[in-house]
Amino acid sequence: MAAIANTIFSPELAARFDKLVTIYPVKRSALVPMLLYAQDEVGYISDEVITELAQRLDLLELDVRNVLSYYSMLRTRPAGRFNVQVCTNISCMLRGGYELLDHCKNRLGVGHKGVTPDGLFSLEEVECIGACCWAPAVQVNYDFHDNLTPEKLDGILDDYAAGRGKDVK
Amino acid sequence: MPTNVSHPDEVIVLKRRFGQGAADIDKYLELDGYKAVQKAIENGPDWIINEMKASGLRGRGGAGFPTGMKWSFVPKQSAKPKYVLVNGDESEPGTCKDHVIFLEDPHSVIEGTIIAGLAIGAKTGFIYLRGEYRYLLKIMEKAVADAYARGFLGKNIFGKDGVDFEIITQTGAGAYEVGEESALMESLEGKRGVPRIKPPFPAVVGLYGGPTVINNAETIANAPHILLMGGEAYAKLGTERNGGTRLFGISGHVNKPGVYELPMGYSMRKAIYDVAGGIKDGKQLKAVVPGGSSCPVLRADEIDVGLDFDQMAKAGTMLGSGGIVVLDETVSIVEFALRTIKFYQHESCGWCIPCREGTDWLKKTLTRFHAGGGNKKDIDNIQYLAENMLGRTFCPLGDAAAMPTIGFVKKFRLEFEEYLEGKRTEPLLIQIQPVGEPELAGAH
Repeated sequence: MAAIANTIFSPELAARFDKLVTIYPVKRSALVPMLLYAQDEVGYISDEVITELAQRLDLLELDVRNVLSYYSMLRTRPAGRFNVQVCTNISCMLRGGYELLDHCKNRLGVGHKGVTPDGLFSLEEVECIGACCWAPAVQVNYDFHDNLTPEKLDGILDDYAAGRGKDVK
Repeated sequence: MPTNVSHPDEVIVLKRRFGQGAADIDKYLELDGYKAVQKAIENGPDWIINEMKASGLRGRGGAGFPTGMKWSFVPKQSAKPKYVLVNGDESEPGTCKDHVIFLEDPHSVIEGTIIAGLAIGAKTGFIYLRGEYRYLLKIMEKAVADAYARGFLGKNIFGKDGVDFEIITQTGAGAYEVGEESALMESLEGKRGVPRIKPPFPAVVGLYGGPTVINNAETIANAPHILLMGGEAYAKLGTERNGGTRLFGISGHVNKPGVYELPMGYSMRKAIYDVAGGIKDGKQLKAVVPGGSSCPVLRADEIDVGLDFDQMAKAGTMLGSGGIVVLDETVSIVEFALRTIKFYQHESCGWCIPCREGTDWLKKTLTRFHAGGGNKKDIDNIQYLAENMLGRTFCPLGDAAAMPTIGFVKKFRLEFEEYLEGKRTEPLLIQIQPVGEPELAGAH
């Protein structure tokens, strides 16, 4: 098969995708991870991303959009550079999850799914992230921060703002 | 980072390599790693399945189906390739046990996957983690790469001619529903995670149409331990028909929350008051959600029950995924019920009507009730709505939303009534406005 002309991804990501479509019994299986990796690099799933992923997987753009709209981590608009995801589900709720959410709303001046004007932070109230025994927990991009208080969270957000935060890709 | 906890009452099987750097393959080997799988290669599929049956191990995802029996259902001959699928899409609120397994002992998941493959005659295994677990995927990816480098995965594994096994790891992208086995297969095939109708069951027609065994990550991680210690010895650690030990994640209002390994049948009261250090800040216990948010709530006077599948069923609830959420006297049950149903409404995939509409109506009603615009009839309506969802959906998500809701209303009916009358004093945390019915907000 002729190689897909890579237009929007870095050469590293394009190479990763070239491999990813070969490892499954069915090519389409690569779609969900590809959407996530594309979002990590581009920031969101743009129309261009959809077009290119559809090409790479021999799917209709509609197929890609259908899948994209299902998963809550995938977004079609940019988030902040650091997406602050505050869990308010039951275990976190019992240990101060809502307090953290309110604190973030005040500090960042945005609500659920809002982005700060400088594009540095965005805020999301999320469902259980699997850190119940270390609640309350917040994920910033892919990084977990556990056993939080508003003060601890302030320190963590300060670190991100200053470019010192953890950032797993 | 998750904190490691321990208690003298723990019986350590699955946690034996925790805190010892076993993500490193040499350390894992030093701690008897990859011995069980070699034993399995020597003794063959029938021996594996018999040991698993003897162990009394039941699925740790929540349903509690006997693992050995599940493996034995896969047809020996199949025109299509067979698969092992490890469910690490851990999303049940209150549950974080797989999180620590991937973190502390990733090779046990790999070894268990190979063992399951040997038992059913599969040559490919998939380990699917939830999308939020990116750092754990990295740990799993490294462990898998190390296993390939040592010849424990790939062609002729452990130097045995003709014994091949491949493992593919990946994550989802945020969806509770994908933890349901057929929705998980859909997601892995690159589609929306909606459930498939059953039968056919995955053991007959599963991933890519081939016979498939789907097990929870904790179930799979138990397999190597069982083969090393022997099925019967494992069974003896637990109670009748509930073999072995289990990871219990105790969270909420306790002094020492954490993931503890306790023998099946261990007292819930002791788990809360001894193991997890009792109720935080000297408060009184109000209620316990015993096995993840989908399990009907127990009142404080109902916790003298053994933590196994059968005793919990007898107590009118479920052991579920082992996530014990403890609520003290300051929690408003009305609010807790709303938060629970808000989750299921968000996660309903929308494929079938009773779940899609049912969760939405429950959330709307509870939101209005919570905001002060409820009336006495709502309490009956909530229960009626939920009862009409039970057993009427393609997958268990509908039941998972209905069962706890029924539990809250039945067991705390008086509190719902007092809430209406403005007699409850528990502080409220959630600011949520009824949509489309603004005139009812704050009606009293």
